[in-house]
Amino acid sequence: MIELRGVNKHFGSHHVLRDISESIGRGEVVVICGPSGSGKSTLIRTINRLEEIDSGQIRVDGRDIHAPGTRIDQFRSGIGFVFQQFNLFPHLTVLDNCTLAPIHLRGLAADVAEAKALALLEQVGVAEKAAAFPAQLSGGQQQRVAIARALVMEPPVMLFDEPTSALDPEMIGEVLLAIKNLAHQGMTLVCVTHEMGFAREVADRVLFMADGAILERATPADFFERPQHARTQKFLADIRSPFGRY
Amino acid sequence: MNDSLTTYVLYFLIGQYPNGPLGGLALTIMLGSSALVLATPVGILLALARISPWRTLRWPVSAGVYLIRGTPLLMVVFWAYFFLPAVTGHKTGQFTTMLVALAIFNGAYLSEVVRAGIQGIPRGQTEAARSLGLSYAHTLRFILLPQALRNMLPSLINQFVTTLKETSLGYIIGLQEVAFIASQVNSQVIVHPVPIYITLALTFFVLCFGLSRVAHALERRSR
Repeated sequence: MIELRGVNKHFGSHHVLRDISESIGRGEVVVICGPSGSGKSTLIRTINRLEEIDSGQIRVDGRDIHAPGTRIDQFRSGIGFVFQQFNLFPHLTVLDNCTLAPIHLRGLAADVAEAKALALLEQVGVAEKAAAFPAQLSGGQQQRVAIARALVMEPPVMLFDEPTSALDPEMIGEVLLAIKNLAHQGMTLVCVTHEMGFAREVADRVLFMADGAILERATPADFFERPQHARTQKFLADIRSPFGRY
Repeated sequence: MNDSLTTYVLYFLIGQYPNGPLGGLALTIMLGSSALVLATPVGILLALARISPWRTLRWPVSAGVYLIRGTPLLMVVFWAYFFLPAVTGHKTGQFTTMLVALAIFNGAYLSEVVRAGIQGIPRGQTEAARSLGLSYAHTLRFILLPQALRNMLPSLINQFVTTLKETSLGYIIGLQEVAFIASQVNSQVIVHPVPIYITLALTFFVLCFGLSRVAHALERRSR
């Protein structure tokens, strides 16, 4: 489904992605974790070309998305992307946030798009806020709207870039639950997150990144119980006892 | 005395109309509003060119905007006055000349307001729109411009008020707008310059203040 081959990217002299190769299958749920600055977010953003790459290839459903001739808008409408900061459109209601793209890109009639959007808002539990503006919603509600907004385009793949990192702790669960439901529906899902409980419960595979490279790929059970790489072991120890070992 | 006062007031309001061309306050309002209506789209188009991804569009337009912003309006008026007939091949009326000068000059200033407004929208908005598959043009039209124009309203109105006042420079090319008429009346009456020019000042003040109030009301409604 998603195929990365020898992907390299630099920010100036900083080599942010080092020769990344990885293959993600249809219906697979992959969690990417690692210390901050390791390139996780950059990596997931290259998959829908929010970031350009310097060399290598990224194929989604067989299409080379960084090739010069690729019709990027059409391609992106088939990949859902959820941001850390939600990025809802503040001047539009919740419902209009969700119907804008299907009306203008898929040519759906307004009432059809609205019915579809409402069904998805219902699914993520914010249908009663359809007429509200984003600023009137809590962070958790905004992020669930953002998920519904991406789902209206019926993407076969969803990418999540730290979807719960900007949320107050009590709202993390509701957003993770919405993502988990998607995973159970068989959606291909890539999620950058620090929520290790979520990784353990929902992921098929965990990728561990540090310094721009994928150091470890493992099932959640192996990743948490039998981490191979020293960096992984240290990372897991750090997140388990955030105050350090006394 | 009363008869001549009525004559002067009429002259002040509508110029020689209907026995001659329309002038005075009516002409000022017409020129000011036409200039706003023209300068706004000019400003938006120039701004879009200045932030466009295409260098061949961005560079010449940026140079043009800098050139005009670095020139007094009076120069632009003269330039339009002598340049337009030379280019088009026939004589341009004073109204059109002044309108073109105001639209270009204020378009250049407005373009900076619009540019700042668009660039002030958080990057995440563009990314969210593009990640849904919206094109650059769709993103501008549905996401960036609506938000930017709302944020820009105070600066836009500021520029509109300036435009309204700048119509008085039509004086210099003999356009019979309200300031020109006031000075005509003054040279006929001779003995009352103070009340005449106070009237002129108050007239401009009322126009500009009215525009500010309308803008203020719009701004409050859009919050």
